[in-house]
Amino acid sequence: MSRLIRMDQTGHTTLAEWTAEDSDATDAAVAAFRAELDQGYYAVVSDADGTASHVRELPVDASLVILRRPIAGG
Amino acid sequence: MTDALAGRRARVAAADGLPELATVWWRPRTDENSIRRTERRWLAWTVTQTAPFLAVGALLVALKPLLLPMSLLAVAQAWIIAELYAARGAAVVRPRRLSGLAAGARKTAERTALGLLGDLLDHRGRALHDSTGLVLERGALGAWVLGEAGAILVPPGGRRAHCYCVKPTDADLPHADRVAHLLLALRADETGFATLANLAFCGARWRVRRRLERSAREALDAAVEASALRYA
Repeated sequence: MSRLIRMDQTGHTTLAEWTAEDSDATDAAVAAFRAELDQGYYAVVSDADGTASHVRELPVDASLVILRRPIAGG
Repeated sequence: MTDALAGRRARVAAADGLPELATVWWRPRTDENSIRRTERRWLAWTVTQTAPFLAVGALLVALKPLLLPMSLLAVAQAWIIAELYAARGAAVVRPRRLSGLAAGARKTAERTALGLLGDLLDHRGRALHDSTGLVLERGALGAWVLGEAGAILVPPGGRRAHCYCVKPTDADLPHADRVAHLLLALRADETGFATLANLAFCGARWRVRRRLERSAREALDAAVEASALRYA
């Protein structure tokens, strides 16, 4: 089961869960993903090797996609 | 197209660095050479600011030994200038004010955020965060200590510390989420992260260490150890 989560004031919120076989759930996840990007969130996939990648389309094969707010120099 | 292929393509499409870099388009991307240049520039700047006071101190004593107290004041001034810069650097990993949420909600949010941050760390990283509130991350530029509103980079060798101010734009995020924001950005694009962040201090690591809280010193020491192990 893959998850799309958003880091927010509550710690994090799970926005969608899907499996590659469930096209309805995947479509819903893609829609939720795009809606959050439109709100100004950035999407990151944390890889097993300790790196991370920014994505602009939902990688349906990823187990966890994290939405974060922008960062800026203080 | 398979789902796996679609996923890879989506990642490749976004492989051009931190999106936030567009907000600092005029800055050249940080690399190992620019890190070294920054160290030399900060050293020159510090010498420029402190050397006149040291010279005055020496001159006063040379002219008249009775002026020793005045000479010591001048030397103290030189010392204080360097300390003030180091204090500014150490402040980047100091915990920030709590958000406006009610205490119960804040506690719940913090616990939830900690779960996610813990998933991003290995066992040693979780233990370090539990004891210091900071996260250690090894990168190509050196070892990083991440707080909720800044980061300290210890380049190979471990003698210097680069203190950066950088934070999520949402001020109401729980502490662990704020750290996770910086960690994910750093892992995605280390040089972009260093480019985006504002440099608050660059100088002797021992000088920054003295100004840190005791728990933060533990994290900085771990970074020095990581830096030495990785780049020895």
